[in-house]
Amino acid sequence: MSAIIEEHHHDDHHHGPAKGLMRWVFTTNHKDIGTLYLWFSFMMFLLGGTFALVIRAELFQPGLQLVAPEFFNQMTTMHGLIMVFGAVMPAFVGLANWLIPMMIGAPDMALPRMNNYSFWILPFAFTMLASTLLMEGGGPNFGWTFYAPLSTTYAPPSVTYFIFAVHLMGISSIMGSINVVVTILNLRAPGMTLMQMPLFVWTWLITAYLLIAVMPVLAGVVTMMLMDIHFGTSFFNAAGGGDPVLFQHVFWFFGHPEVYIMILPAFGIVSAIIPTFARKRLFGYASMVYATSSIAFLSFIVWGHHMFTVGMPLAGELYFMYATMLIAVPTGVKVFNWIATMWQGSMTFETPMLFAIAFVVLFTIGGLSGLMLSIAPADFQYQDTYFVVAHFHYVLVPGSIFSIMAAVYYWLPKWTGHMYDEKLGKTHFWLSFIGVNVTFFPQHFIGLAGMPRRIPDYALQFADYNMISSVGAFLFGFSQLLFLVIVIKCIKTGKQATAQVWEGAHGLEWTVPSPAPYHTFSTPDEVNLKEAHG
Amino acid sequence: MEKAKQSRWLVALSLLLSSSMVYADWTVNMRQGVTAISREIYELHMLIFWVCVVIGVLVFGVMIISMLLHRKSVGAVSADFHDNTTVEILWTVIPVIILLAMAVPATTTLNKMYDPGEAAIDIEVRGLQWKWQYTYLNNDPTKEVKFVSSLLTPREEILNETRKREHYLLDVDNELVIPVNTRVRFLVTSGDTLHAWWVPDFAVKRDAIPGFIHQAWAEVEKTGIYRGQCAELCGKDHGFMPIVVRVVEQGEYETWLAGKQEEGRLVYETVGKEWTQDELMAKGEEVYLRVCAACHQANGQGLPPAFPSLVGQGLAVGPMAAHLDIVLNGKAGTSMQSFKGQLNAAEIAAVVIYERNAWGNNMGDSIQPREVNKMMSTGQ
Repeated sequence: MSAIIEEHHHDDHHHGPAKGLMRWVFTTNHKDIGTLYLWFSFMMFLLGGTFALVIRAELFQPGLQLVAPEFFNQMTTMHGLIMVFGAVMPAFVGLANWLIPMMIGAPDMALPRMNNYSFWILPFAFTMLASTLLMEGGGPNFGWTFYAPLSTTYAPPSVTYFIFAVHLMGISSIMGSINVVVTILNLRAPGMTLMQMPLFVWTWLITAYLLIAVMPVLAGVVTMMLMDIHFGTSFFNAAGGGDPVLFQHVFWFFGHPEVYIMILPAFGIVSAIIPTFARKRLFGYASMVYATSSIAFLSFIVWGHHMFTVGMPLAGELYFMYATMLIAVPTGVKVFNWIATMWQGSMTFETPMLFAIAFVVLFTIGGLSGLMLSIAPADFQYQDTYFVVAHFHYVLVPGSIFSIMAAVYYWLPKWTGHMYDEKLGKTHFWLSFIGVNVTFFPQHFIGLAGMPRRIPDYALQFADYNMISSVGAFLFGFSQLLFLVIVIKCIKTGKQATAQVWEGAHGLEWTVPSPAPYHTFSTPDEVNLKEAHG
Repeated sequence: MEKAKQSRWLVALSLLLSSSMVYADWTVNMRQGVTAISREIYELHMLIFWVCVVIGVLVFGVMIISMLLHRKSVGAVSADFHDNTTVEILWTVIPVIILLAMAVPATTTLNKMYDPGEAAIDIEVRGLQWKWQYTYLNNDPTKEVKFVSSLLTPREEILNETRKREHYLLDVDNELVIPVNTRVRFLVTSGDTLHAWWVPDFAVKRDAIPGFIHQAWAEVEKTGIYRGQCAELCGKDHGFMPIVVRVVEQGEYETWLAGKQEEGRLVYETVGKEWTQDELMAKGEEVYLRVCAACHQANGQGLPPAFPSLVGQGLAVGPMAAHLDIVLNGKAGTSMQSFKGQLNAAEIAAVVIYERNAWGNNMGDSIQPREVNKMMSTGQ
């Protein structure tokens, strides 16, 4: 019924998208901007992935084969920066753009023109960042955590471009999250209370607050670096009375919430997908909301666990250890809720569900290694080894990135109007699943055995697992080209998708036709909350 | 021709396979180590590991059962529950109890790690790009032993031109030597950027931070050689600054220390003697290759712009006073560190003379170590 109303409405008042390139440059449409974000993030994913493959190729065997250590450090740095700020974060913003208005029955984002700015800043920021690789002295080579004084006193000249690129990314993120908050708080369809919002909307609301809180901290820390480098201050320069440890405190005050910024929307996605394919309502909706809020709160008070070996006093170490261990509780609640949702459901295993289940399993493995890392005395042996690399890749790759892929498969029929090729989708899943585990599981072992991270060459006892890890990385990396093929194929052709797409899907976005019209929910009377809840 | 190519591949392949197999110390788990603390940490690690395994087995077990039984293809019909307060309280409270149980031993161990007690020996560990400088602190400055420990693995091994030896990347020229069953305190700091001094077998890992001195300690229970690596990204050669600690009996330690003190006395005398230009050049080349070549390269061409060339340009062909000043005091804001704490006057004089006369620089000038020593002691 809403479909009929929508079409009628469409003829009456609205025109479709403009033609040509200018459509994308000037667009204020949340769906167009969502598409832009998603394509941009995919390009960055391939670029950051290429850097990762350079790293894994060099580490395929001991000795220096392909790249010099200077360049290797640039690769580890750029891989981290591009993946965090260019791939994962914009992908979630893209999903927020596409889905939040459709999920809450809003016609668009609340601040559409700002939405356009927040996206179009990014290509400039990342062009600037990537161009540093071609500059004299090379690109940033101090790790994505850019600890001072390596990133100030000892940095290559291109660090200034890095600082401005980070500023631009921060501005983009802050504008994007203000938009999300304003949209969710003001543009919900009449009758939709906060506690009726889909969890994806909830998790994004909380993520947006985290972003608004911590991106200025990041801007602050890079500005202090800028001052140290160009204006003779000594915030982080011990010789001038400054404090290199201060850098780490400020960075991780941003950095730890940042980690959750990259996982909370994933929780929302998985909480949408599992109920659909289990054909059963999400277990413990309210506790999911409370758990997400608790995780967000805790994220502000645990930053010191990144610094257990820095030399904090005993009381500080104990506090950060206890606070960090606490995170396991709300995270556990989430995992248990997802499993309780699956329990006594009527499950089918289409590609989005496969990715969502893999998310739950592998994210849990990453969470458990995180629990191990929280034990401060043991962290003295784990810190800055491949055990940490394995841990955070388990939560970021089969965590965040699998959730993004799950989301793309899940909502792609809604976006394009076509079903994707299920056989290819499953192939993509299994290749990715195997690739990810072959890459990152052995890294636990080499980390425990004592291999430090960020080294271009290693002692002989680490050779076997490094080789396996590199093979897995190439498998995972090249499998993503299949993802590209599947998405393009789905845009061009495929079985016509119904409005509901999935048998068990509930929510407002499934009440509009597939593909979703250019303008949806232009007036409140188009929203049918009852139909949405099935 | 074809055959030669084939056999080359075979050699490469066998090198590749054997390189990892010869190594006996191959392991997939944390080392138990050789101190009481390292064993406690290992126990903690295994405890939390098994806790995680049990949680994992339970959680994934339920998931797998659900995926097998509750699938549409076997005719499962979905139930209608979506809340259960009892269950939800249970799975909040049980993890809290597990965490409390974990926090107790973790706190105990951490307490012990933070209590260095009375140490018999104090060693300053100073991270430098890309080597470690050790100073055995002594109230009598003439008995203070100080030396720099750098990677021994030759470049040819790193570049795969020759076969890699057993302790590839884990051998140093000067090992740190400490006595067994004695409490040693490490005072860790840095002369440039961040480093981290890590010896897995001691469970000692301390970030080396300029402007800070942080302590760590170890009481090693078994003689032997223990190896570690820098664990904090510190620039280009972060992967090439290993740590080797030789733990010996008390008597052997004392002999070694006396030897080192004697070396210090000899250096004192060496600095005072008259050096010929040839002696300076020979010594200079040795010091240059050991200390300077990592950045400025063996051929002096450097890696501009970070590491400038010394050939036919800049300080090496300018006034000697400026050249000496940079080597002695370093250049603020760059990787060029101050060497007056790391090298003795003879080494500094020799390396400066070498740089001014090698690679066709041919400046022809000279300086005696005792003159450099005078500059160093008067702080000029």
